[in-house]
Amino acid sequence: MTAPTFPSIDYAALAPVLVVFGAACLAVLFEAVLPLRGRSRVQLGLTLVAVVAALVAVVARATSGAPAVSTLAEALAVDGPALFLWGTLLALALPSVLLMADRSVEPGGAFVADPVALAEVEAESRVGVGASRGGSRSAGTSGGSAGGGGRGARDAARAEGHTEIYPLLLFALGGMMVFCAADDLLTMFVALEVLSIPLYLLCGLARRRRLMSQESAVKYFLLGAFSSAFFLYGLALLYGYADSVKLSDISLAAAGSLRPDSLLFAGIALVVVGLMFKASVGPFHTWTPDVYQGAPTSVTAFMAACTKVAAFGAILRVFTVAFGSTVWEWRGVLWVVAIISMVVGAVLGLTQTDVKRMIAYSSVAHAGFLLLGAMAITPAGLSATLFYLLAYGFTTVALFGLVSLVRGPEGEATHLSAWAGLAKRAPVAAAAVTFLMLALAGIPLTSGFTAKFAVFSAALADGMTPLVIVALVVSAVAAFFYLRLIVLMYFSEPAADGPTVSVPGPFTTVAITLGVVVTLLLGVVPTAVLGWVEGLSFLT
Amino acid sequence: MSPTAYLLLSALLFAIGAVGVLVRRNAIIVFMCVELMLNAVNLTLVTFSRINGSLDGQIMAFFVIVVAAAEVVVGLSIIMAIFRTRRTTSVDDANLLKY
Repeated sequence: MTAPTFPSIDYAALAPVLVVFGAACLAVLFEAVLPLRGRSRVQLGLTLVAVVAALVAVVARATSGAPAVSTLAEALAVDGPALFLWGTLLALALPSVLLMADRSVEPGGAFVADPVALAEVEAESRVGVGASRGGSRSAGTSGGSAGGGGRGARDAARAEGHTEIYPLLLFALGGMMVFCAADDLLTMFVALEVLSIPLYLLCGLARRRRLMSQESAVKYFLLGAFSSAFFLYGLALLYGYADSVKLSDISLAAAGSLRPDSLLFAGIALVVVGLMFKASVGPFHTWTPDVYQGAPTSVTAFMAACTKVAAFGAILRVFTVAFGSTVWEWRGVLWVVAIISMVVGAVLGLTQTDVKRMIAYSSVAHAGFLLLGAMAITPAGLSATLFYLLAYGFTTVALFGLVSLVRGPEGEATHLSAWAGLAKRAPVAAAAVTFLMLALAGIPLTSGFTAKFAVFSAALADGMTPLVIVALVVSAVAAFFYLRLIVLMYFSEPAADGPTVSVPGPFTTVAITLGVVVTLLLGVVPTAVLGWVEGLSFLT
Repeated sequence: MSPTAYLLLSALLFAIGAVGVLVRRNAIIVFMCVELMLNAVNLTLVTFSRINGSLDGQIMAFFVIVVAAAEVVVGLSIIMAIFRTRRTTSVDDANLLKY
């Protein structure tokens, strides 16, 4: 009997992922053993420390000049693009965590785990603290503390906010990091689920508008499971075709194989559908507006920025490493997908009356632009897409942070009419929204312009002139609804009973400032980052 | 018996699951149809493992089973949560978010 051989593990290369997953497991342990009082501070501290430590590890690895490796039996490729995407994900997770942790705007935080606890909170706010004996009885089953006597503990829990979000966020983040570095389709599938499952839960935890939040969780979950089944069937067909799920083996098999092409093409199609769903591209976007609107705004910020980065990271790697040898077979189909994505995002964005839904449709249009760069499969396309992801992520996080500040009596006021005349009430917030909207529209001196310019010129160099023309027209159409919001904020009279703009707490302020500053810097001095992304290439 | 028959069977099961997701109203049944799709993939993987003469496909089926189990836990808890607030599991009744 031969002794089993174990795959070598390059711990130094995997350090960022290990830190995030280790912190996630530790956070679950804390959730079980720590007392309610003070738990949220410990959890927040742990999460922030983990994210920053992982970020430091990524930067150290990227600047040390260590060679790209494929480790864990070639399941994870830690190469230049992977490190850049990890850095982007962690840098975007930082403001997202701060947005989730902020409790200055919504006392007790924006999250609640149990509808019964919510009913109690609302009953108390209506009747007053002294008269809610019935409410406190019903909450005894849900408060997390043993027995019905822990009134003080329940109050503490309410004041502390719910801490389950931190381990969920860390697991999702770890899944995203593995997703965009996965070197075989099976690892990619497992990472897809690890990133999705915590997100399904996070979507359903909103304190306000619970029915919408739960509805968005159910929709995201059912459609997400449906699409991962497609991804998985594609994986199975490619396994049948190539006798391996390693990305490079699939590419080799496709380059010279006598096997039936139908298996290959069906497999590519199904895998791409699964990936496009996660990236909310084109005709696979239907979940996006509903989930963006229904989920708590800080979760939407995390999802909109980080999921997009992870999904496009995986798309770039799969296109380049696995399907690079068959590019002429599938590119024509993706032309159609990219056009549908851009047109649907821009045209339906015009008709929206809700700010969060409008940004959701704008993200669909942006996914189409990103697909242009990803389809090119050239070094220029790769670096442009990576830059676009970084720029878009920071703009979106800051924008959702600002959306969470505009509040009426019923919580966040996201209807467009509520934003009328906002500049007269809150000039600073309105100016920040204006700047970010201009960045989304792609006006010069913002990161959006640099990113779009890089992606379009990469696509143009690769012979996609018709697509670039469509993209430019779509950009102009999309600019209309960005500018409409700006006009609404500055040139309308505010309604008498309109929403107020809350003064953000330090966490939200830091998150929004970070997003705005990065958006500005990437627009004014993009060369530093562009120089970094230009030299990156996938390990094949 | 030719292994191709198993591939056809699994494709059929996958298609039945996909159609079920699209036409059924009850969230639990929709979810069961997704599980049917995942298990159809398992059958495909095992069949290809046999055809290719390698064990990888069978190991992958285990991965799929574990992931599907994790998904069941989370999925049913989400459906439970919405059932407790709405007293229904019909996906047609969850219609606050549209257009």
